[in-house]
Amino acid sequence: MSGNIYWVGYRTIVRKEITRILRIWGQTIVPPAITMTLYFIIFGELIGRRIGDMGGFSYMQYIVPGLVIMSVITNSYGNMVSSFFGAKFGKHIEELLISPLPNWVILAGYVTGALARGLMVGAVVMLVSLFFTRIEIQQPLVLVSVLVLTAVVFALAGMVNAIFAQKFDDIAIIPTFVLAPLTYLGGVFYSIALLPEFWQKVSVFNPILYMVNGFRRGMLGVSDVSLAATYGVILTAGALLFAWCLYLLHRGTGLRS
Amino acid sequence: MLPVHSLKVIDFRAHVLHIVRMYALEVRDLRKTYKNGVEALKGVSLTVEEGDFFALLGPNGAGKSTLIGIISSLVNATSGETRVFGTSVQTDRSRAMSFIGLVPQELNFNQFEKPLDIVVNQAGYYGIPRDIALERAEKYLKQLQLWDKAHKWSRTLSGGMKRRLMIARAMVNEPRLLILDEPTAGVDIEIRRSMWEFIREINDAGTTVILTTHYLEEAESLCRNIAIIDHGEIVQDTDMKSLLATLDIETFVLDLREPIRVCPQIDGMEIRIIDEYCIEASLPKAKSLNNLFADLDRQGVHVLSMRNKANRLEELFLRLVEKERDLEVVAS
Repeated sequence: MSGNIYWVGYRTIVRKEITRILRIWGQTIVPPAITMTLYFIIFGELIGRRIGDMGGFSYMQYIVPGLVIMSVITNSYGNMVSSFFGAKFGKHIEELLISPLPNWVILAGYVTGALARGLMVGAVVMLVSLFFTRIEIQQPLVLVSVLVLTAVVFALAGMVNAIFAQKFDDIAIIPTFVLAPLTYLGGVFYSIALLPEFWQKVSVFNPILYMVNGFRRGMLGVSDVSLAATYGVILTAGALLFAWCLYLLHRGTGLRS
Repeated sequence: MLPVHSLKVIDFRAHVLHIVRMYALEVRDLRKTYKNGVEALKGVSLTVEEGDFFALLGPNGAGKSTLIGIISSLVNATSGETRVFGTSVQTDRSRAMSFIGLVPQELNFNQFEKPLDIVVNQAGYYGIPRDIALERAEKYLKQLQLWDKAHKWSRTLSGGMKRRLMIARAMVNEPRLLILDEPTAGVDIEIRRSMWEFIREINDAGTTVILTTHYLEEAESLCRNIAIIDHGEIVQDTDMKSLLATLDIETFVLDLREPIRVCPQIDGMEIRIIDEYCIEASLPKAKSLNNLFADLDRQGVHVLSMRNKANRLEELFLRLVEKERDLEVVAS
């Protein structure tokens, strides 16, 4: 099979995914924008004013990177899990499974679709934040690379969830009971320096902490963790999840009987 | 015992013959046992020649869909080999799949997409550039009388239209092997006949077609070769003419001019009363229908009209399947 076939197949999946995201923009783009606006108003404006500065920035400025990356995480994960599981549930995933496309092309296409949604929502949240505060991006390369890699990692995690899911309840369990707590405890709203020593030590086992802080470093230039640790965690998680996804797709787990 | 070099010559000749004789589909000793222990295929072997119109029949649960699933790579075989135009599905899946178009039994397209998008996207998965995909989508949607629905939501299509959409989607990569798993299930007779016409034209143009259907009339009128599968085993694999020639008894339904109360008796024939104006007569092929009419006439039974009770293939199919059941009972 020639590379051009793969390229056309990849572009088809990406186009289909982006068309889907834009077709149901009321479900994909608008809700996170509204949720994040509420976060900015309640936590940034009302409560943040009483909290004062954090890490040398106003509280509103401090939470912007966390809220942007949080929306990127939930939306890239959510896009993958809902789109892929929806295709599995509706059986139209068979259109791809019977095609000549190898598993890595299918995976790349869906990951790119999830990445696109993550970036679209991230951009919208960023725009919303500009109504509340002024942001000067300190390290653009770090910001973009952490944003893209984080979206890819959670897209891959969403794929694993979608592969194992057998009913719609199964795609809500991980976001509710794993993703949300880890995100909220990952330093979105605070610096872990504020935590007691024991909880600081516990927090370093939370991978989302590294993503939130890596993105905060890119945007504000401050972070609770080193840049090397950020990239190390993200790249390791990405590589492991990528390998797991390919293994599951190759075995046909949940897809081929 | 043959010397080693002789074996090599035989092996080489077999290899050359294999290359010369390219089958559209070769299935060798295919077995599938599901995780729940159900043995769906018990060593199925089958060949389908290029250009053939091949019927794969069997009762519900016989293993047809599992076999089609393995050919189309939706089901992993437990053991055995499947080759499509010489390419192994198990070891070179991508290349093997590039030859196949599949119309599955169940609807499996996104009901929230439009027919044109469904067909064009499918072409994209086969690496067909978008401009060519659009041309082909228009061509096949028009041929299947769906072009006026191309931009409607596919969930709004009727059952027959949805089936035709799956055929258009399967044709967009212009496959060398088209597999139709009960394509006309639940479709009215007019649309069914137009679908037959379309599929026949595709076959005439050189595409190999494998058809499974519960409408045996469909298989009898369309297919040249046939395999019957039951309990995961091929119980018949032959050409349609030879199979039909083995049928030695035919059953006719006779409508009568006057009502009857007593069933007519004729030597060598089996007569049953359906109602007072209708009887059913089963007679060996060797017996002339003239004998039947003459004997009935002698007994004061006058026939108004006559028709075949079922198509011939249906009778054969039922007999083969019943025979298998009887053998099982004896064995147990």
